[in-house]
Amino acid sequence: MIRQDFNRIDAKRRSNLDPKKKQFAQPAFQHHDYQHRLNFYVLPPTAEITLEEFEEWAINRLKVLSELESCTFRNRTPDETASYMAPILSKYLALHSNSSRSSMLQEERKQDHYSHFILRLAFSSTEDLRRRFSRLESMLFRLRWKEDDARERREFVDSLDLRWEKVGDEEKRELASELAAVTYKTRQSDDDGWFKVEWEQVPELVESRRVLLKRGVAYVPAREQMSLVMAEFTRRLDAAMELTARALPRLDEDDRLTPILKHLSASFISPASTYDSNSALPGTLQPHANNIPQLAQHFPACMGQLQTRLARDHHLKHFARLQYTLFLKGIGLSLQDCIVFWRRSFSLMTDEKFEKEYKYNIRHVYGDVGGDSNRRGKGYSAYSCQKILTEPLPSAGQAHGCPYRTFSIDNLLESLRSMGVHDREVLKTIREDVGRQRYHIACNRVFEYQHKAELDGKPGQEIPGLKETIVHPNDYFKKSFLLKHWGDKEVREGADAGGPLKMEE
Amino acid sequence: MPHSVSPDTGSSGDHDLPDANPQSSHSTPTIRAGESPEEAEKSSTALEDMFDDDDDDLDDLSSSMAASQEPQSVQAISGAQSARFSDPEIMRAFYQRLFPFRYLFQWLNHSPSPSTDFGHREFAFTLPNDAYLRYQSFPSSDLLRKQCIQMLPSRFEVGPVYSTNPRDRKTLRKSSAFRPLNKELVFDIDMTDYDEIRTCCTGANICHRCWAFITMAIKVIDTALREDFGFKHILWVYSGRRGAHAWVCDKRARELDDSKRRAVAGYLELLKGGDSSGKKVNLKRPLHPHIERSLRILRNHFSDILETQDPWLEDDRAAHLLSLLPDRDLVAALRKRWDSAPGRRSGSKWADIDALAEARVSEHLDSKALLEAKIDIVLEYTYPRLDAEVSKKLNHLLKSPFCVHPGTGRVCVPIDVQKVEEFDPLEVPTVTQLLDDIDQWDHDKMDGVDGEGTGEKKIQDWEKTRLKPYVEQFRNFVSELLKDERAIKRERDDADPMEF
Repeated sequence: MIRQDFNRIDAKRRSNLDPKKKQFAQPAFQHHDYQHRLNFYVLPPTAEITLEEFEEWAINRLKVLSELESCTFRNRTPDETASYMAPILSKYLALHSNSSRSSMLQEERKQDHYSHFILRLAFSSTEDLRRRFSRLESMLFRLRWKEDDARERREFVDSLDLRWEKVGDEEKRELASELAAVTYKTRQSDDDGWFKVEWEQVPELVESRRVLLKRGVAYVPAREQMSLVMAEFTRRLDAAMELTARALPRLDEDDRLTPILKHLSASFISPASTYDSNSALPGTLQPHANNIPQLAQHFPACMGQLQTRLARDHHLKHFARLQYTLFLKGIGLSLQDCIVFWRRSFSLMTDEKFEKEYKYNIRHVYGDVGGDSNRRGKGYSAYSCQKILTEPLPSAGQAHGCPYRTFSIDNLLESLRSMGVHDREVLKTIREDVGRQRYHIACNRVFEYQHKAELDGKPGQEIPGLKETIVHPNDYFKKSFLLKHWGDKEVREGADAGGPLKMEE
Repeated sequence: MPHSVSPDTGSSGDHDLPDANPQSSHSTPTIRAGESPEEAEKSSTALEDMFDDDDDDLDDLSSSMAASQEPQSVQAISGAQSARFSDPEIMRAFYQRLFPFRYLFQWLNHSPSPSTDFGHREFAFTLPNDAYLRYQSFPSSDLLRKQCIQMLPSRFEVGPVYSTNPRDRKTLRKSSAFRPLNKELVFDIDMTDYDEIRTCCTGANICHRCWAFITMAIKVIDTALREDFGFKHILWVYSGRRGAHAWVCDKRARELDDSKRRAVAGYLELLKGGDSSGKKVNLKRPLHPHIERSLRILRNHFSDILETQDPWLEDDRAAHLLSLLPDRDLVAALRKRWDSAPGRRSGSKWADIDALAEARVSEHLDSKALLEAKIDIVLEYTYPRLDAEVSKKLNHLLKSPFCVHPGTGRVCVPIDVQKVEEFDPLEVPTVTQLLDDIDQWDHDKMDGVDGEGTGEKKIQDWEKTRLKPYVEQFRNFVSELLKDERAIKRERDDADPMEF
């Protein structure tokens, strides 16, 4: 007969199961040793830090991230961003390489590690914050990756244990010409390394045709390694953020950390690329279905060209309609007027077709129909320059986007001339700006040229935010409109009352 | 009316679904699901009135059609016919007797027994009154068929498989529990995107000459999907009027998320920039192997396009060609020559470029740049123009194969990519032709055999018509797909250590 004794402990386990000892024992975690400058942030920190440290480190990292974000808003090139960020990074979030032999090495890396995880907690609550955080962290990682020492970078990659298959010499020789074509080289040099991965792992590279594809396998040149590592970093971070979000409710009871975290995420506000869509123009100058063509003189090029095309073709494709409708909504055109405006503009179309295929979309944009969240949120908000500039380029037949970016230079200058910009000097600098991909600078230049007289003159100087760079088409319109109508008492009072010029900072 | 709701011969519409409940179909052969006997009675007595109505509709329709597509091309379907295609009786007979629900089910279900692949799949119906009904789902093909016969949608679309049954989406506590999981990777090639380069027709019309663009596009995309991405199960479907759809059904393709779909679309997309961007093809050299291969396919077609489309006949179109060429002196010389010879054919204009370049009209002509510009032009005029938005989103809906196009009446039949050159969109059977085929077949059978041979295997209605080769092609496609799915499943089961 087998006697069961539940109190009996397996002989091998007995020694480490003294409950009295266990109760007061310190949890023993492996001590973190930071071998590499870069960090994939796989393991969460385990040591104790003070509340002050907790807050201070988080705020420092937050400063770095928000500076980084403002770089994207200002369309800085990667090089400019790197040089702009260098002093900020060394002040708030210094990370030295192994070769620097700094005594602070471990301390710095610890700070980097801890602050990353603190912000993860702070920004995992909503989808929106998660996406922003992951985008900025990826940018930061990319920045550091680029300035890292090549050897240390290789050591770091080896430590990651990513499963990439190396392409053998024989295969390389077989595919030599095709591989060379992918890297835009005329000749394949032997020392170029290539990796083989499933193409799903490198969607970015596939999209821009920077890899060779063979039956579902992507051949990735070694120098695109960064993109592989980045993809992996972002993927892991996104997955981890998702998990953090799910674990977050359990943190609720902690009354020391929660307020700090709340405060952190609240101070991570988006810069001034938002626009208050409630602000309408005063009384008589209110836009309505009939005066849009007259108002079009105040439109920035991206909207002006849509109006021109609409008048010419009596039609616009989906994304152009979306971009334009949102803008019109932003300048205060009511839903009813907007529908009338489009109905009239599509003059070659039958009523039935318009009702059936177009009206719903307009109403959806205004939040008149659609899901609960759409209606409650009053539809979509007007596109900022940032949004318009980062969208994919329009394809054949489409007209949306920023003309400074999508037009060929000759077509652009042509349309600028039709907007009344004839000054050779101005056109020349615009050509340079566009060549350097500073589209919004070019746009602001056009604005300054067109309003030179008013900007130099006395009246209208008190328009708030007048000197700031325009980063929103609706902002362009409003400034342009106010400058031209500043003499009008009604307009001025409206502006003073915070009406049309109320901007969300 | 030859195609009444209730075919009075023994071969009624139900038997093309062996898994349908035999009792109901045999005991009440004259009344279809969802229709009471009184209604059926009414519908047959009211036939006369109904046709009066139809005539009114027809006038509206033809006038609106004329407004939207100014020059009626030879092949335009007349208004009288198009009103007939949406006739409820015809649609009912079509769904009842011809639509291959069984294979559609197998195609989407990926296994013989009903699974969530089919059950959680979204269908969207466009009803005869143009209402659009989303988030429909069906546990089995019978129920889908039943609803089609009940509602007589002018077409229905297939969407993604969701994490829960789309019909239950509102009962869920958290909205995040309802999200799309997988769907075939789809592509849409539409003739409207070619309007700036085709000269034969505009808008909704097509002819053999412009169908050549679609043929080329299918070849290029199909090759790239197979050779580069390694997809095997690609179903090409005629969209019923002026385009083609592709459904990539491999398991790997179905599971792609939005960013990967965008990557595939971006990989295949070449023409960038809106109408004002000037040059649409801007490629780095040497060309990517995919472009290089596509160019090999397209080059043969380019001269055909010049011949049949004559894209640079008119002055403003020729001006566009000149704007794509690099050398200023060469362009001036060409312009002079073409101005002096109005009506010069595009083929000759194309030859002029090389002729003048060799005649050294320009002092410092960069022949390499010219060659590259010429290749870019070939690509601009031949490379597939995808409606990329369709491919980029997991939850985008696309019209189901074998639907009837309401405007043309043509059935959206699969295109055999092996014989894509032979496919003729104008030969695709219309729904009325198919129903005539059945009557003809039944008639012949009556005459010849006189009621004999009823004991043999029953012949399904689609087999009596010219839809037969298309359904068989679809069936073969589906059975190949199922074979692979079974293999994948077996592999997974084998890998499972719990299985002995």
